[in-house]
Amino acid sequence: MAWERSFALHVPSSTENLAMIRDFMKSVGTQAGLGDMDVARLELAVDEACANVMEHAYQDDQSQEVKIRAIVDDSAVQIEVIDTGKGFDPTTVEQLKLKELVSAKRTGGLGMRLMKSFMDEVHYEVQPGVKNELKMVKKLKKETPLEKETP
Amino acid sequence: MANPFSIHKSTENGLSVLALEGYLDAHTAPEFEKTVQGEFEAGRVKMVVECSRLSYISSAGLGVFMSFIEEIREAGGDIKICGLAPKVFQVFDILGFSALFDIVPDLPAAVQRFQDAPVKET
Repeated sequence: MAWERSFALHVPSSTENLAMIRDFMKSVGTQAGLGDMDVARLELAVDEACANVMEHAYQDDQSQEVKIRAIVDDSAVQIEVIDTGKGFDPTTVEQLKLKELVSAKRTGGLGMRLMKSFMDEVHYEVQPGVKNELKMVKKLKKETPLEKETP
Repeated sequence: MANPFSIHKSTENGLSVLALEGYLDAHTAPEFEKTVQGEFEAGRVKMVVECSRLSYISSAGLGVFMSFIEEIREAGGDIKICGLAPKVFQVFDILGFSALFDIVPDLPAAVQRFQDAPVKET
């Protein structure tokens, strides 16, 4: 590894701070050299991870803090989203088909599906009472063909 | 920090047009949900969600489309989605929304789609 840079953002657990988190990720992704579409995917994946923490781990307790750490090297952007709340492992949410979710009037699991689709790796580590950590990796590479798709 | 999001309501050929602008995330999705709920309760079940000025959507926003679509279709209506920028479209597309919703290029196409296929067959 030739070099490594580390960035961190700590915000109160409130969804109004999702915009600040996306701005932070946009800066990190752009500085890492990701293309526009991949920067957008990175912003979304981290937004989803943090929204999950705010809603499920901290259950909308604004006195709590969501911590985001980004480590950039010459091959990837690695993200860590850390909380000390109720251990909610989003990777365990049942992955129903979209039609089944609609019929069941459930929207859970969409965020995790987006994280897994838009990031190269997604892992979750729970240490009850200590910390919960969601790690995601976006490899630095050329944009995928999806870039050119339009509705 | 602001999460700019707004909804502009209008009508077009008897359809209810909801033009979204800004960022639709977990913070702003409740406003969108309230608006769709209001249209549904008022009996305005033929809706076009116009997204040409929508910069961003996360799963919280997508969940609003999903949670209402069955009731709206059962009431004889539908939600047609138009004007998605590529960055926003990729989010709908990766989750398979293209199979569940009519997604068309612009408002005239959405109006036409309501004439051709009032309810999407899924």
